[in-house]
Amino acid sequence: MSITIEKNKSESKTGIRTEEMVLNMGPQHPSTHGVLRLELQLEGEIITNVIPHIGYLHRCFEKHAEAMNYSQVIPYTDRMDYLASMYNEFGYAIAVEKLLGIQVPERVEYIRVIMGELQRIASHLVALGTYAVDIGAFTPFLFCFRDREKILSLFEQTCGARLLYNYIWVGGLSHDLHPDFINQTNDFIKYFRPKVKELNDLLTKNKIFIDRTANIGVLPLDVAINYGISGPNLRGSGFKWDIRKEDPYSVYNKFDFDIPVGQGLMGKVGDCWDRYYVRILEMEESLRIIEQAVNSIPEGDVTSAIPKRIKPPVGQVYSRVENPRGELGYFIISDGTINPFRVKVKGPSFVHLGVLNEVLKGHMIADVIAILGSIDIVLGEVDR
Amino acid sequence: MKTTEEIFTILKNIFGESILELVTAQPVEHFIRINPIEINSVCSYLRYNEELLFDSLMNLSGVDDSNGEKTTDADGTQIISGGTLSVYYHLESTKLRHKLTLKVSTEREKPEVASVESTWRHADWHEREAYDLLGIIFLNHPDLRRILMPYDWEAGYPLRKDYKNPEFYQGMKVPY
Amino acid sequence: MSLLDKQFNDENIVITKVDDLLNWARLSSLWQVSFGLACCAIEMMATSASHYDFDRFGVIPRPSPRQSDVIIISGTVTLKMATRIKRLYEQMPDPKYVISMGSCSNCGGPYWEHGYHVLKGVDRVIPVDVYVPGCPPRPEALLEGLLKLQEKIRNESLVKKS
Repeated sequence: MSITIEKNKSESKTGIRTEEMVLNMGPQHPSTHGVLRLELQLEGEIITNVIPHIGYLHRCFEKHAEAMNYSQVIPYTDRMDYLASMYNEFGYAIAVEKLLGIQVPERVEYIRVIMGELQRIASHLVALGTYAVDIGAFTPFLFCFRDREKILSLFEQTCGARLLYNYIWVGGLSHDLHPDFINQTNDFIKYFRPKVKELNDLLTKNKIFIDRTANIGVLPLDVAINYGISGPNLRGSGFKWDIRKEDPYSVYNKFDFDIPVGQGLMGKVGDCWDRYYVRILEMEESLRIIEQAVNSIPEGDVTSAIPKRIKPPVGQVYSRVENPRGELGYFIISDGTINPFRVKVKGPSFVHLGVLNEVLKGHMIADVIAILGSIDIVLGEVDR
Repeated sequence: MKTTEEIFTILKNIFGESILELVTAQPVEHFIRINPIEINSVCSYLRYNEELLFDSLMNLSGVDDSNGEKTTDADGTQIISGGTLSVYYHLESTKLRHKLTLKVSTEREKPEVASVESTWRHADWHEREAYDLLGIIFLNHPDLRRILMPYDWEAGYPLRKDYKNPEFYQGMKVPY
Repeated sequence: MSLLDKQFNDENIVITKVDDLLNWARLSSLWQVSFGLACCAIEMMATSASHYDFDRFGVIPRPSPRQSDVIIISGTVTLKMATRIKRLYEQMPDPKYVISMGSCSNCGGPYWEHGYHVLKGVDRVIPVDVYVPGCPPRPEALLEGLLKLQEKIRNESLVKKS
């Protein structure tokens, strides 16, 4: 952090002359979740304005998408939101399939949903663990990463990679499940259910944690919709909106699950604690979906519908999925060749970071970390 | 719930000449083409009208249509002159559950589009991104700066199809 | 009581070289700048978390470069970030070491061709001691990279130029 004291002095209500201060936070800061720079304008310890500076991880995804053919884009989608790679592939595959107008076998859809929901749990575990570290509790971080390793080993046995999978392809999957996958997933569900309760005992109901997060960073619903907020942050503000239910894709309409929303149990609706707690509840709902899916998964060939050559007709499509962080949209324009003409990604983190100024105004410096962590951004997707 | 065709009729009656055409010859998505200078007044009508209530802007994307005259420079770089840049708007109503796609096209040499930032705050950063990567100028935008590229980037707009990367940036070699 | 404790029960003399002593001290507590860039940072976090436990090698994250010995460049270095990384490196006290983690910071990785905003290798701005390949490298690979760095430090000398 570096400090600049501005020349212009203002007079406060008490008649004491104060100076406005500009505090630079980042790009190297342990709690900005990557390379984000925030320019905080302060009046004493109160924040008057925040200017986020992004682009420190701008990896030119959209230019790459224009230079590659449709299936070569998938590894690059992995690297956007690197905590939810499965879901990025999932969204991209669905968008291209809409453009091509192909149906994929049911087994593929089931496996995609299982993988997507496992990824949602893994992603939330990182979000919650690092959030706890930001607030000052180190133990939940270790607990969350211990459980996340179990999910990663499931992924690794299926497709060979821990973080960036290249597993979900347009029209199918790169591999079928390994024979023991269903047993292991059932074991994981049995293992993980009590762990959610453990996390609740450790962190959620902890007085210090509640003091740091309740009534902090309240995001009113109308502001949230105006800023295009989606996912757990929108649901934290008390709006029951989930694309898995509102605009169902894949086979989500076959499963029974609830959409948790923030209810203001510890403070106002839409505060940091609500956003945090929605993620905890979502993990339990994801477990329910996985449990139903693994026990009713149909047989079939996962590579039968993969097109030999992906050459969609001229046209455009905007397709969206519910990523662990919110609405992930792909806008793809095809000009009839084997390369996409334009791929624009609407990343939820990019959108959520835009609301930061609105939420942070009037809070103390120490709350910046609490609020930023509760919004749960991934810089790879902010900058793409 | 209203279809794109119905919304097109409503808009045509109110805004007349500003609504250019309804494009339906697409396999997946239909869209309405609108005059780039009038886009904000159309959008604010779409947002606040009781029958339409498009309260959420899902996505805003700038596109280089690459439909101008293509010439090749002496050193092999392609230059596009003329043609258009476009902006696509994907709207959604969370109350009435309908969706709409709008498109505006503007000249490549003088790419000016009215900003919809005053209608949806969400558009703020998306418009900055379109300015940063494609050089589309959004009129009346409060803070049109580069967002992803460095503020002192002078080599132009990277997502344009005729973009050429510089050899050096601040003394660092850029190509592989 | 362990073996080592018994050895120091009586007043003993340990004979060693100054080089060895200093190198041993240096390599056993390499504090890293707690600084993540991209995907590899998640694997770096996983390495320092419960399963792989970076701490047992004496690697403890420090939020300030002024108290650190090693910087792990974990992810894609963009042009916008490169000048900041250079400054971070310059703020670290000597002796300082750099581990380049992952293909992106080794050579640009998958972004080598069309990445107009990606620096093709962090070694264009700062000197690198150990390159860890992979996209992203597994935690074991990062541990291996660290062991290689320790090996390098073990063979350093105060007087002799390496």
